[in-house]
Amino acid sequence: MSVMGPAADHYPHPHLLGIEGLTPGEITLILDRAQHYAEKNRSADKTSNILAGATVVNLFYENSTRTLTSFELAAKRLGADVINMTVGTSSVKKGETLIDTAMTLNAMNPDALVVRHGDSGAVKLLSEKVNCAVLNAGDGRHEHPTQALLDALTIRRHKGRLHRLNVAICGDIAHSRVARSNILLLNTMGSRVRLVAPPTLIPSKIDRMGVEIFHNMEEGLKDCDIVMMLRLQLERMEGSFIPSVREYFHFHGLDRAKLANAKPDALIMHPGPMNRGVEIDSEVADDVERSVIREQVEMGVAVRMATLEMLVQNHRKMGGQA
Amino acid sequence: MNPAIRAKGAGNKAFVNARLIDPANQTDTVGGILIQDDKILKSGADVTADTVPDGYLVTDLNGACLAPGLVDMRAQLREPGFEHQETIETAGKSAATGGITTIIALPNTDPVIDDVAGVEFIARRARKVGLAKVFVYGAVSKGIEGKEITELGLLHQAGAVAFCDGIQTISSARLLRQALAYSTFFDGMIVQHPEEPELSKGAAMNSGELATRLGLSGVSPLAEVIQIERDLRLVEMTGGRLHFAHISTGESVEVIRKAKKRGLKVTCDTAPFYFALNENAVSDYRTFAKLSPPLRSEDDRQAIVAGLADGTIDAIASDHNPQDVDSKRLPFAQAAAGGVGFETLLPIALELYHNGHMSLLEVITKLTHVPAGLVRVKGAGTLEDGTAADLVIFDPDRPWKIDPYQFQSKSKNSPFDGRLTQGRVLRTLIDGREVFTEGA
Repeated sequence: MSVMGPAADHYPHPHLLGIEGLTPGEITLILDRAQHYAEKNRSADKTSNILAGATVVNLFYENSTRTLTSFELAAKRLGADVINMTVGTSSVKKGETLIDTAMTLNAMNPDALVVRHGDSGAVKLLSEKVNCAVLNAGDGRHEHPTQALLDALTIRRHKGRLHRLNVAICGDIAHSRVARSNILLLNTMGSRVRLVAPPTLIPSKIDRMGVEIFHNMEEGLKDCDIVMMLRLQLERMEGSFIPSVREYFHFHGLDRAKLANAKPDALIMHPGPMNRGVEIDSEVADDVERSVIREQVEMGVAVRMATLEMLVQNHRKMGGQA
Repeated sequence: MNPAIRAKGAGNKAFVNARLIDPANQTDTVGGILIQDDKILKSGADVTADTVPDGYLVTDLNGACLAPGLVDMRAQLREPGFEHQETIETAGKSAATGGITTIIALPNTDPVIDDVAGVEFIARRARKVGLAKVFVYGAVSKGIEGKEITELGLLHQAGAVAFCDGIQTISSARLLRQALAYSTFFDGMIVQHPEEPELSKGAAMNSGELATRLGLSGVSPLAEVIQIERDLRLVEMTGGRLHFAHISTGESVEVIRKAKKRGLKVTCDTAPFYFALNENAVSDYRTFAKLSPPLRSEDDRQAIVAGLADGTIDAIASDHNPQDVDSKRLPFAQAAAGGVGFETLLPIALELYHNGHMSLLEVITKLTHVPAGLVRVKGAGTLEDGTAADLVIFDPDRPWKIDPYQFQSKSKNSPFDGRLTQGRVLRTLIDGREVFTEGA
């Protein structure tokens, strides 16, 4: 399917903590399986009992409706028992530490923990203390692997490939785990990534990750196949990264005029939730010809089904010792 | 010590056949030392097994090194206030194991050492423990709040050897100017943690590729030199004596080198972390490698080595900062910064010698004579006749693997965990008493 070679025959890792470390074959394996679920999810018979008897805990230290719902639905469609735990970040500081929570949950013998946390590296730290599969649902500004996988699946469905594409990732790179996971995935699969953002939102030395950097949207979008917009994460910003939302939209918000620089069939993507009128104009966000934003959400469930299935089955094979 | 034995002269010891490193006289010779009770009676090449007078307990060191006990000019003892992390007693044992006989402790305890009572409390506790000699820095500002100046003169009179605001930068230009100017009348020294606080706010590590990959907020290495450059102007303006602690970047070395050439009264030290490790030690969110200042790039590390070798960096201090497990076993951004350093100070510093950057004498000088001189602690860091018999005896070549769980320190947060190193302390003497014996 890809110039990167065939899919791997199995997923060899106990956890999914990030895109970093995955081979092209492993990524293709996940996407192929997710494509299977994407088709199944559009059919009348959406559920299976492949994970019947398994317990999946969604442990979310950050508020998230979309991702949490997506993971919950994915686990339920596979027949697993699901528990959602949403822990406000403030209560972590007050009482139980991350490790204590992990140990407590671990004692209840879950098969998989899906974890979102506001601090980079927190999910990895937790994975070291439990003996079930851990799936990173976003850690700080570090990684959000299922988002990159669902983006990749969406792109592959439209472009038929993941190599030799020009992908522009635009906006708040500095605070984005989505950007990091996407850079890693797209580079691994052989596409070219450009980052487009004002200088204050470009993290230091990110060019070393193998990307081109643009500050001007018109130049950055020139001839690209994919325009991936990021949410401006005002809640993570300490200090003045941008002068105002108005100015940001003026120079770096995606509208029809700026989009005209991209290829005519360029896809518009956004991980959601969107700040309409901040990083993206409603006119392009809702353009049914170009925008695949809703399909991304749909693929999210499929990718989470595929990854949960692989991880829980690995966990079972290893006799419950991840 | 049993006073009865001391009275009979059994407190008299001699060490012979040693590699005698005397940083005060800049000599490195084979020789011996005579210790009468708590003082050095005599040392030199002419002290041999044959010349030791009667009544001395003679030990042949078989060529092991003998030097003045190390003088560590930057350490946190965590007492009072944080005794779950370290106490003056556990710190004393840890220091003895590391060959350190004099410690200058930071004032960022709870309560802060910002008045005479605090200085006296530490002195009294340390005397009672009877291990390393402990001196303190007085706080520059009351409560280390960076606002009002403390009673610098009275603190000095009570025994505070110099002044700093602990691990905080003295960021107010007005406060630093006043402290520098005021302390000139008793030749006081101000110690700065050079890190521009606005630029470093919220940062977890050095900015750069690794921080970006890990998704951690980074502080630019320039935050250090920006602070240093401003402070140098204040030194020039006031004629005060300023010391920059634990410098970690090449730019800082360069700027301080030039300032010294211009004749400014500035000095600086660094810690083993900054010449033996770089930011890659953070690798996969290893919180033991979270330090303040953060570990820098490999280029910076090499510049620090060069700065030590050419004399720009005056001294080496451990920057001992004990943190308990709960402060470190956290997501990286939330974890406390700092590493313990007493028991790795000598072996890591000896890497400078083993790697051919400096002579053994130069390394020992930066660990003893120079810091003692900077903080004006008389009789430390020397083998002079009549000074206190505070000594370290070590094998510079003995290989070992650093295992923090063997440390005497109450905290085990060493970024050198598992490192293979060379150089082992064999004995530590304080006032002639053997407070540490290897393998005992």
